[in-house]
Amino acid sequence: MRRIISVLMENEPGALSRVVGLFSQRGYNIESLTVAPTEDATLSRLTLVTIGNDHKIEQVTKNLNKLIDVVKLVDLTEGAHIERELLLVKVRATGAQRDEVKRSVDIFRGQIVDVTSNMYTVQVAGTGEKLDAFLQALGEHTIMEVVRSGVSGIARGEKVLSI
Amino acid sequence: MELLSGGDMLVRALQDEGVDLIFGYPGGSALHIYDAIFRQKEIKHVLVRHEQGATHAADGYTRSTGKTGVVLVTSGPGATNAITGIATAYMDSIPMVVISGQVTSDKIGEDAFQETDMVGCSRPIVKHSFLVKRAEDIPEVVKKAFYIASTGRPGPVVIDVPKDVTNPADRFPYEYPEKLRMRSYTPAGKGHSGQIRKAVALLLSARRPVIYAGGGVVQGNGAELLTALAQRLNYPVTNTLMGLGAYPGSDKRFLGMLGMHGTFEANTAMHHADVILAVGARFDDRVTNTPGKFCPGAKIIHIDVDPASISKTIVADVPIVGTVQSVLGEMLEMLKSSDDEPDQSAIVDWWRQIDDWRERHGIYAAPRYRTDGEMIMPQEVIKAVYDITEGNAFVTSDVGQHQMFAAQYYLFDKPRRWINSGGLGTMGFGLPAALGVKIAHPDSEVVCVTGEGSIQMCIQELSTATQYHLPVKILCLNNQALGMVKQWQEMQYEGRLSNSVYEESLPDFVKLAEAYGHLGMKIERREELHDKLHEAFAIKDRTVFIDVYVDPSEHVYPMQVMPNGSMRDMWLSKTERT
Repeated sequence: MRRIISVLMENEPGALSRVVGLFSQRGYNIESLTVAPTEDATLSRLTLVTIGNDHKIEQVTKNLNKLIDVVKLVDLTEGAHIERELLLVKVRATGAQRDEVKRSVDIFRGQIVDVTSNMYTVQVAGTGEKLDAFLQALGEHTIMEVVRSGVSGIARGEKVLSI
Repeated sequence: MELLSGGDMLVRALQDEGVDLIFGYPGGSALHIYDAIFRQKEIKHVLVRHEQGATHAADGYTRSTGKTGVVLVTSGPGATNAITGIATAYMDSIPMVVISGQVTSDKIGEDAFQETDMVGCSRPIVKHSFLVKRAEDIPEVVKKAFYIASTGRPGPVVIDVPKDVTNPADRFPYEYPEKLRMRSYTPAGKGHSGQIRKAVALLLSARRPVIYAGGGVVQGNGAELLTALAQRLNYPVTNTLMGLGAYPGSDKRFLGMLGMHGTFEANTAMHHADVILAVGARFDDRVTNTPGKFCPGAKIIHIDVDPASISKTIVADVPIVGTVQSVLGEMLEMLKSSDDEPDQSAIVDWWRQIDDWRERHGIYAAPRYRTDGEMIMPQEVIKAVYDITEGNAFVTSDVGQHQMFAAQYYLFDKPRRWINSGGLGTMGFGLPAALGVKIAHPDSEVVCVTGEGSIQMCIQELSTATQYHLPVKILCLNNQALGMVKQWQEMQYEGRLSNSVYEESLPDFVKLAEAYGHLGMKIERREELHDKLHEAFAIKDRTVFIDVYVDPSEHVYPMQVMPNGSMRDMWLSKTERT
């Protein structure tokens, strides 16, 4: 099962390598990983997507908690949550294609953030599934370059991950 | 406030932490620290002959005392040489602080002379690590390092110190922090009382109980409480390799060690148990054999200080996270105030069954090795040493057949007496560990049980024993081969002895010991075994290397059947299987 685990950790050098190292050391997989400082500069928030059965995920969270740098963590997929990923894609857009691409961008509520006479750079945010669908709608032959941020997430309602 | 250089701060912080002993080896990046050590008297430094020896010596010191061991090495090869010892401590949850010199901050990342990324190299085998960026941080880093190393599930902590940080020219105000607050680290304390109550009820309902106690009981100073609990209930106890001494080895409730080379009665009792109380043990693969076939009828209570150890391989029915001391203490209190008692007739039946197993195939009921041959049997050597030392010695061990024979035949009545590398299985551990133990217990008998293979992996420490006058006994069960490797090759590879024999290349250990200034003794004939051992153990002021030629064809039994065996599936001899 796919899980989104959100981790608050000390914003210290080496902390990220300990998290990543734990995954390779124990044979857990990472689908995606994002990390950035929070509003409290001493803390970083890391979101990672992993796949595993309940037993595996329990071990993942226990071992993450064991890392000295990890302050707190939550498995967002245990409850209602919002997940977002940012996609930037360069799309070949010439002639009639320019309108076609623009229509797709509107349907997916994306934005064109850069333009030349031959291409658009499009920004779309949403769940991973939505981004997959958008890329599929564009069609492989129009895509020049894709960059995805990896998943970030937050719980719905008043539940917060903070210290 | 006093102004100190980084090097002096580091040494002062160690003093303030109560450290009086460091094992180490100097080198370029650590020289400022070494100079600070020279200029003080409180901390004694033991110069080893190889950094691996420093870590094992500190490890032996720690296992025998409970005090966090301290190691000091230089950057690059000094640091990487320490890695094996750090991994050894990590696998057995031994508190250790390893301080490594590092190249100057401005050179880090430039592939400088003797530069290695120590924090990176050691990351998977430490509980935590620090790279000190500023001298002002030293006191707090040291305080944190000792706190992290020694609390919760203990483990090694590395402090990597760039040379410029210890520069004697730069001085800073020094104050050792009294208190520590770490928001990201809260080691487990008391167990959940509701869970403990459930555990007690389950224990009392047991008809075929077994207490399975591991190294956590030794480390967590829970041996007395465990013993009280087992005696209060009159339940059988088995110890893991790491847990030997957690329950008195000579008590009648002790079933012996369990696992791959555990006794028939321990493994069989585990297999048939209806309730297993696991304390400070982690269901290691050398204990469980095939997890899917592990103790099919048992409800499992698992007490451990490390939540990640619970239900990792074997799912616990009653998990309890807490220190062994607090949880066992609470269990005993509950039992005291409870009127419930175990079903005595069931327990009597259970003991009858266990005694029958003991009688049939136990290694203690009658010798399970040859007693009428000409060759010395390794088991009888251990038994003889047990008798001579009256079971009171500190026994360190290397890794292989001799380790298993020592674990089976030297019965430890007290914790912290059996010192071996259980998790990592590090050959070369025994001698330096023995030196660490001897420094901590100068008046006690310290025996390093080893083999001619293992001893050669850290033999250079014979020189350390000379320098610091550490009279230990080195008991080499010499079978002229890598015995355990050979045993597997004979059992599973149709006797193809690939690179496990030495032919004529073994050194004359007697001469070697003498070259280092020690006594050497060779025992080859069975009839002289006891006299010569007595002679060797009568010598108290010299290191004695006792090279005993044992039957090279002997295997360690019982041995669990692998792969796909359960706990009770064992080879009992070369021809006999359960």
